[in-house]
Amino acid sequence: MEFSYDDEQNGLREAVSGLLARAYSDSEQRRRVVATDPGFDEKTWSRLAEMGLLGLPFAEADGGMGAGPVEVSIVAEEIGRVLAPEPFVEAVVLAGGLVSDLGTDAQRAEVLGALAEGTLLPAFAHAEVGTRWEPSARAVTATEDGGSWTLTGVKEPVPNGARADLLVVSAVAEGVTRLFLVQGDAAGLTRTGHRNHDGTRSARVEFAGTPAQPLGEGAGDQAAAIEKAQARARVAYGHEALGAMETALTTTAEYLKTRKQFGVPLSKFQALTFRAADMYVSLELARSTVMWATLVVDADGDVVAAADRARLQASRASRHIGKEAIQLHGGIGVTAEYSVGHYTSRLTALDHLLGDGDWALARLSRTVGEHETVDPLRS
Amino acid sequence: MRLQLSPEDQSFRDEMRTFFTTQVPESIREAVAAHRELTKEQFVEAQRGLNAAGLAVPHWPVEWGGRDWTPLQRHIWREEMQLAAVPEPLAFNTSMIGPVIATFGSQEQKERFLPATANLDIWWCQGFSEPDAGSDLASLRTTAVRDGDDWVVNGQKTWTTLGQHADWIFCLVRTDPTAEKRQRGISLLLFPMDTPGVTLRPIELLDGGFEVNEVFFEDVRVPSENLVGEENRGWDYAKFLLGNERVGIARIGSTKRMLADAKSHARQITSGGAPLAEDPFFRARIAELENELLALELTALRVVANSVGGKPHPASSVLKLRGSELQQAATELLVDVAGPLSVPSFTGDGSDVPEWAQVSTPSYLNYRKVSIYGGSNEVQRTIIAGSILGL
Repeated sequence: MEFSYDDEQNGLREAVSGLLARAYSDSEQRRRVVATDPGFDEKTWSRLAEMGLLGLPFAEADGGMGAGPVEVSIVAEEIGRVLAPEPFVEAVVLAGGLVSDLGTDAQRAEVLGALAEGTLLPAFAHAEVGTRWEPSARAVTATEDGGSWTLTGVKEPVPNGARADLLVVSAVAEGVTRLFLVQGDAAGLTRTGHRNHDGTRSARVEFAGTPAQPLGEGAGDQAAAIEKAQARARVAYGHEALGAMETALTTTAEYLKTRKQFGVPLSKFQALTFRAADMYVSLELARSTVMWATLVVDADGDVVAAADRARLQASRASRHIGKEAIQLHGGIGVTAEYSVGHYTSRLTALDHLLGDGDWALARLSRTVGEHETVDPLRS
Repeated sequence: MRLQLSPEDQSFRDEMRTFFTTQVPESIREAVAAHRELTKEQFVEAQRGLNAAGLAVPHWPVEWGGRDWTPLQRHIWREEMQLAAVPEPLAFNTSMIGPVIATFGSQEQKERFLPATANLDIWWCQGFSEPDAGSDLASLRTTAVRDGDDWVVNGQKTWTTLGQHADWIFCLVRTDPTAEKRQRGISLLLFPMDTPGVTLRPIELLDGGFEVNEVFFEDVRVPSENLVGEENRGWDYAKFLLGNERVGIARIGSTKRMLADAKSHARQITSGGAPLAEDPFFRARIAELENELLALELTALRVVANSVGGKPHPASSVLKLRGSELQQAATELLVDVAGPLSVPSFTGDGSDVPEWAQVSTPSYLNYRKVSIYGGSNEVQRTIIAGSILGL
């Protein structure tokens, strides 16, 4: 059991935080970037690629860096710390992760190499209106005709779905859930992008006999692979949330020290400082659980269960810290001009992209009878 | 960053688990698991067994029986002990006065007290809190005035846990009432509880038990060689001691055991035509508590791994705060599992109400103490806000 980062990992963190601090030195810069499509900065995306971060978890043979989930978690945390809108977890961990797990040699070489270089942005088109956080598909069907596949149906919301160069789409194929690759310029593809409350972009993506290439080989159900990739993304999002929560807390503490009312700094009021102390408690408990889940991913343990545990803890902490950060600021916390409310907005999005706390709790509840105690050292 | 224990720590853990579950008398472990009050003899028997195996004071200096373990090994030792319902070595001896004497005491004091303290041949109690000095300990008013070779002690202490079993007391006294800072005029004295002028009065608690006492001092004469360290430096020793008190106060292993008990009792109780253990709301409550406890355990492991030079990680306040809340939540859960059977508390023999249900409410009421002692949770929030957040 070892919870500290080695020198190389600390170096990675410094490099990433340096790059992102230059790109988003204040919250105005982020506001400008998210005001226009695609909702992130293409130049910053290229710089992340130059640093090797967009190929971080992929095999070197596929054009990646061959790093592990700990390195991924460091990048995600730094993204969250400054609320960088670049879709690292969405493109690299989730969409790229699926291609890495399931793709043929040719697909991996083609997609992951270009993703790592920053020339191809993939997006995972999986969510459907009317279902929530399922590993299987329902509303899009895949049909084979003479060896070629086409997709029909609607996916929504698809993060970065309008900007993406390549869509990784889940669909019902012969009664099971399979994944397909669809080029951004494919025929019969209609994408309608829009802005989300946190400044990121999603799209409604409609397939009408759209040509698609099966991801990987065989005809088996790929829902379990989707579940596992989503679990890894849940953990990475947990780190993004940790970075965001930490900034929300330090911003709030700083505000309590400087803002004066009744002739004294707000930090003189115990009613406020105790609430800030409770935010710290929430943050540290979430940090421990999310870091542990990353180590479970690293050790290839029960990733799905560990991700549910991290999700539950991070969800509870995100809501607590996000709401209190605004309340302790007062009115300014609700304005678009000030940074802290944007952190709450992003934390709220992170809480709902791949499953919220109650959703994770319901899943964990089903198995409480199967163990006497929870032992984190044997997962 | 690594998930698994090293092979050495893994085998250390197995060794501890085996010892605690096979070498400590079953009757004593049963009493702890059932939340029964232990007799003095049971405490002494358990601690002497541990001491004989080198497991009573592993955190002490090696020359006085310590084991030179890593912080992680000490954590494993403590958690496995709690999980196996082994009574922990008496904290007043092993976590509090023992380390203080080992660090600040004279050679004579070390030789005289440490072996007997480790073996529970001397039972120590704590003379810190006073009626007007609770969280604000530095306002204590018990005085010690020098008279020839003796100190003469007058005043009153309270909340003296298990003082009824104690042979000796370690006592904070005011030796310089004129000191500019009130913390600077305090000293630490050691004296036997049967010294003339010492009177003990038990305090009954809500659960009907008598684990705490008031202690009165009237012209109690204490020889000067029983002063620990330097005169008027007692506050430093008290802070050192209380820092040790916070280590292990999260009591994760013990809460784990209570949650496991709650699940097992819930299988025996029917609610709405099915076992309570299958009720979705009950399961969700368990799952949430298990996850909170997991988060706490992992935080404890982080703190343990990052405690350098004996100084606790700043997050150690989180352990006290959250550890006490979860202990209380677990006792509350047991009351709720017992439901109507939580009301008849003292039916004794001849009742069909199981023992665990009878003791559930008294335990729940008794456990309100854990967010108060060891630095109340409000004190911990003050520490977090002040020393971590800079507020």
